[in-house]
Amino acid sequence: MADDKSFQLRIITPDRVFYEGEVMMVEFNTTEGEIGVLPGHIPLTVIVKPGVLRIYEQEGEKEAALHAGFAEILPEGVTILAEIIEWPGEIDQERALHAKERAEERLHSRTPETDIARAETALQRAIARIQVLK
Amino acid sequence: MASMRDIKRRRSSIQGTQQITKAMKLVSTVKLQRARAGAERSKSYFDCMYSTVNSILSKVGHLEHKYLVPGTSTKKAVIVITSNRGLAGGYNSNVVKLITRHETWKKEDLVIYAVGNKGRDALARDGYEIRESTSEVIESPTYPDAMVLSEHLLKAYESGEIGEIYLAYTSFKNTVSHIPTLLKLLPVEQKETEGGAAKSEAVMNFEPEDVEALDQIIPKYVTSLIYGAMTEAVASENGARMQAMDNATSNAEEMISDLGLKYNRARQGSITQELTEIIAGAEALG
Repeated sequence: MADDKSFQLRIITPDRVFYEGEVMMVEFNTTEGEIGVLPGHIPLTVIVKPGVLRIYEQEGEKEAALHAGFAEILPEGVTILAEIIEWPGEIDQERALHAKERAEERLHSRTPETDIARAETALQRAIARIQVLK
Repeated sequence: MASMRDIKRRRSSIQGTQQITKAMKLVSTVKLQRARAGAERSKSYFDCMYSTVNSILSKVGHLEHKYLVPGTSTKKAVIVITSNRGLAGGYNSNVVKLITRHETWKKEDLVIYAVGNKGRDALARDGYEIRESTSEVIESPTYPDAMVLSEHLLKAYESGEIGEIYLAYTSFKNTVSHIPTLLKLLPVEQKETEGGAAKSEAVMNFEPEDVEALDQIIPKYVTSLIYGAMTEAVASENGARMQAMDNATSNAEEMISDLGLKYNRARQGSITQELTEIIAGAEALG
């Protein structure tokens, strides 16, 4: 049952409902920095930045790599509209490591044509994936 | 009167066609179920996206934001979502008609971003400018596909190359009803919210501020609309094909029974004729 210690969390992607349940707290990265949401939060809409999503349930903790989207926070629950999100089991570690190397290389040997914002996002994504796997 | 052999040949050829249309109907029924499940799965995402964007827009009021005021260019970009294959009744031509029969649009002002071969071919034949064409996407649309397309469009929009973006697709109401729809993507139209409706909503805060939030959310909104249109279009395509093939099958059935009747009449006629000939021959001998 819902009490004042937990709230409803819904994570929706374009293809599926990624997560739905009662949670105690949820943490993720936004454009304004990392935030943790507890029950009874003021209404707030935030833009997601690549990072680790931590879900604290009654029974334990879950992690996922959240890459893009935005979140609507209301006192009674949180809805995250995620464009890209992955459970640890869905991540290809090899690929993430390669992506990280590539992005780092691009940032180091930057030329005027380098799309820095894009390389940085790619790097953040790769780091988020690797973090979740650890 | 056609001979027995001709009728028989024609009937068996129609039977062959009927078998094909029947099989195609079954295939599209299965595909429709899958496409429909996909469209329904993603529905909650769009509903949520739509309500969030609306609540943001109702809060910011009238704002001189790049995504809310029309661009200076008279060019209009239209994303045309059709199928790669025909035999789906009026499915493709109805979408094309939305553009060719539009009351105020001029051919020179339009830039077509085609998804699906059929629409591209029809519009290219009519002399429309096809800027981009992706056809494999529509076989099984994914969200990244929509992201690529919306990225291109937003780039052209921001550079002032195009002033408005429209989306032409077939919306899926249910298995039997599919409505060709023309939707304006950008600039986003702000609905006049009445005082009462705005008050009932909780005050929403934004981080970052409203304008920045719009910068981030509107592209996602456009992408999700494109993706939603793609999934609905796939469902509609299969629905339309299922209907078309169902009609074809029952038409074939009708023709077969008609030809069966004609065949029997011809058979009877030939037996009567043979009998008359035998009797006449016997009489002549006797």
